[in-house]
Amino acid sequence: MKILVTVKRVIDYNVKVRVKPDHSDVDLANVKMAMNPFCEIAVEEAVRLKEAGLATEILAVSVGPKACQEQIRTALALGADRGIHIETEDFPESLEVARLLAKVVEAERPELIITGKQSIDSDNNQTGQMLAALLDLPQGTFASALKLADGRVEVTREIDGGLQTLSLSLPAVVTTDLRLNEPRYASLPNIMKAKKKPLEVRTPAELGVQPRAHTRLLKVEAPAERKGGIKVASIDELVEKLKNEAKVI
Amino acid sequence: MAILIIAEHDDRTLKSATLNAVTAAAQIGAELHLLVAGRDCRAAAGQAARIPGLAKVLLADDASLAQQLAEKVSPLVVELAKDYSHIVAPATTSGKNLLPRVAALLGVAQLSEVIGVESTDTFRRPIYAGNAIATVQSLDSVKVLTVRGSAFEPAPAEGGGTPIESIHFAGDAGDSARFVGEQVAVSERPELSSARIVVSGGRGLGSGESFALLERLADKLGAAVGASRAAVDAGFVPNDRQVGQTGKIVAPDLYIAVGISGAIQHLAGMKESKVIVAINKDEEAPIFQVADYGLVADLFEAIPELERKL
Repeated sequence: MKILVTVKRVIDYNVKVRVKPDHSDVDLANVKMAMNPFCEIAVEEAVRLKEAGLATEILAVSVGPKACQEQIRTALALGADRGIHIETEDFPESLEVARLLAKVVEAERPELIITGKQSIDSDNNQTGQMLAALLDLPQGTFASALKLADGRVEVTREIDGGLQTLSLSLPAVVTTDLRLNEPRYASLPNIMKAKKKPLEVRTPAELGVQPRAHTRLLKVEAPAERKGGIKVASIDELVEKLKNEAKVI
Repeated sequence: MAILIIAEHDDRTLKSATLNAVTAAAQIGAELHLLVAGRDCRAAAGQAARIPGLAKVLLADDASLAQQLAEKVSPLVVELAKDYSHIVAPATTSGKNLLPRVAALLGVAQLSEVIGVESTDTFRRPIYAGNAIATVQSLDSVKVLTVRGSAFEPAPAEGGGTPIESIHFAGDAGDSARFVGEQVAVSERPELSSARIVVSGGRGLGSGESFALLERLADKLGAAVGASRAAVDAGFVPNDRQVGQTGKIVAPDLYIAVGISGAIQHLAGMKESKVIVAINKDEEAPIFQVADYGLVADLFEAIPELERKL
């Protein structure tokens, strides 16, 4: 079985973002970038399926500027077999990413597609669902467990209030939630080996897709800062404040 | 053109997240229609009809819509979409599962977790885990959005008498996606995302058993019980209790954080609360920087005392 995983280059999750003074966007100049954490979980899950003998090949795909090849190399170091970079000037919107990925899926025919549930920059939580829709495939979003059996995949999903289990025919699209697994770190020998693994670069034009804009970003602002309050000395003082000052109980 | 709101329900009862979505849709300003899609979901539609301000409740009751799988509901919404300028759903796990699929089938973008309505085509939404707020204008003919419940007051649940219109929908019976089962936690306490008071515990609780302390306090206050990701990862409580960037986003009148250090990921889920109380024995804990009232104390003494003195 061939598995396609998607990886996105995003700001490192430890970095606090700053808004540009002109409010045009956040400032990503000289900021540390990394693989989106939910994509790391997607790669890890694919590698575990391969280690368990359930998958034969893992293809890692990324859409974005040239620097995304760093994240594809990371996926290759973690255990993916080959990479495809769809080179674009900027990061296209979710629907356009899904249209580009759909073309790769049509050509590569993977039986399982694993994406992160959302990227920690735009926080959209859309691409996996959109890809499934465009290809008319079933979707298992926000997965916390995944089991392959009898030509189907059983996905346990994190839903409001609990867990839901679905059985999906293959091919299917699964999007990862945090508790699906704990990703490993790439070892130095594997990082070296990854440099020799195949990485193909494609353009949207070659795939027959012309990404277009569906939205216009008008402004980016920092959220209203919350000011710290006071320290109370005792439970009595706390109860008094909550009753008489804040009036919330 | 009218606005189509997708109701959140479990066939029997309408979920409160629907009411917040109604408020958001009303701010866009047009005739409001609410879709209740499911199997044997007439009871939920009946509750929806009591929400004031709606022009119509659309009831799609079909075996194919059982459990409201995205694969089955999205063709229905797409079929209806031609009559609407906006499609709005709560940013719950079901809304987030369904709406991108609908948007892709319509060939339009979807705006996620909208927290503000600027005009009929311009909306505010958090990006970078709420560390920045983007104002985004949609260029598509149909605007498809999920709205964050905590950013909009719930619409009244009673007082309306909206007509229910049954729509005929014979869905695809295929089993490419099949429902296997569900484990849903049953609780007498209010729902975390809509509770007026939330009491949350963190790693400082030390064990799942200690959460009983918080539960007693919560019951006295009529509060929901939440947890930090650290407490969930440590296995103290199930994941559906998690408040934070990757869990539930809450904005109650009163949020009591107990034994929670205040990681950025947690703050992203609760910093819009009206009043925040932090109880922690580490006076350097970052949670105190956002708390209106901080108490440096051992929670195992403070919580029972607080419960007694309320």
